[in-house]
Amino acid sequence: MNLRRDVFQAIADPTRRAILLLVASQSMTAGAIAANFDTARPTVSKHLHILTECELLRQVQIGREIFYHINAGKMKEAADFLEPFRKLWDERFNTLESIMKKYTSTK
Amino acid sequence: MEQKTKVSAEEGKQDLTITREFDLPLELLFKAYVEPEFVEQWMGTKVLKLESKKHGSYEFETTDPKGYKYGFVGVIHEFDPNRKITRTFEMENTPYGVQLEILEFETLTENTSKLKMHVIYESAAQRDSVLKLPFAQGINMAHSRIEEIMAKSKS
Repeated sequence: MNLRRDVFQAIADPTRRAILLLVASQSMTAGAIAANFDTARPTVSKHLHILTECELLRQVQIGREIFYHINAGKMKEAADFLEPFRKLWDERFNTLESIMKKYTSTK
Repeated sequence: MEQKTKVSAEEGKQDLTITREFDLPLELLFKAYVEPEFVEQWMGTKVLKLESKKHGSYEFETTDPKGYKYGFVGVIHEFDPNRKITRTFEMENTPYGVQLEILEFETLTENTSKLKMHVIYESAAQRDSVLKLPFAQGINMAHSRIEEIMAKSKS
């Protein structure tokens, strides 16, 4: 399995990107993070779980509470990827597909 | 969601594979690689020459928004209609060297087809620098996107 792609899928989601931006400025508990969103608490928990699994976030227990920290190293690693190259080809191929479809319909 | 275009590039190797399934019959997919007018449209380049035959060659030219011209050239070694094209590819006046491309076209159903593009570079380092090209352009976009989000969250 391509772990790198998973990281990209993780940051492709707008809510997860917003979570990363929030936590980037300060470590927060799940409750504090959820308070920033209209989404249901379990949905936010699910996003936190995915981000933690991809190692974009780290959990640190302080007293009774669990704080989420951003994992800057992983963020950097996620950035230097195949994804822009794949996207470039994906866009080209999407164009190819639509041009050829148009061509058949006018034939 | 399953991605239509897949790229696999193993760490430390000097090649990569791009695969894509098209919602097009095989003949149409192949036509998009052969007819200059179609190549121009989907590759976003000018086709100066395209000899789709064994020992034929091609020359594409792209002009960037600042007016600089870039040449993309190569030689076709194998041309088997609706099945396979083996060719070289080179970005002129760049340090990226010559790459070998093996394109295999395949029918999936009457209306769908598949392309497998195997690209071999001169070295693993060269492959990696080509892979980083769109990333270098994309990172600026990502930065401005983050700035945009931050600006919105402040207002």
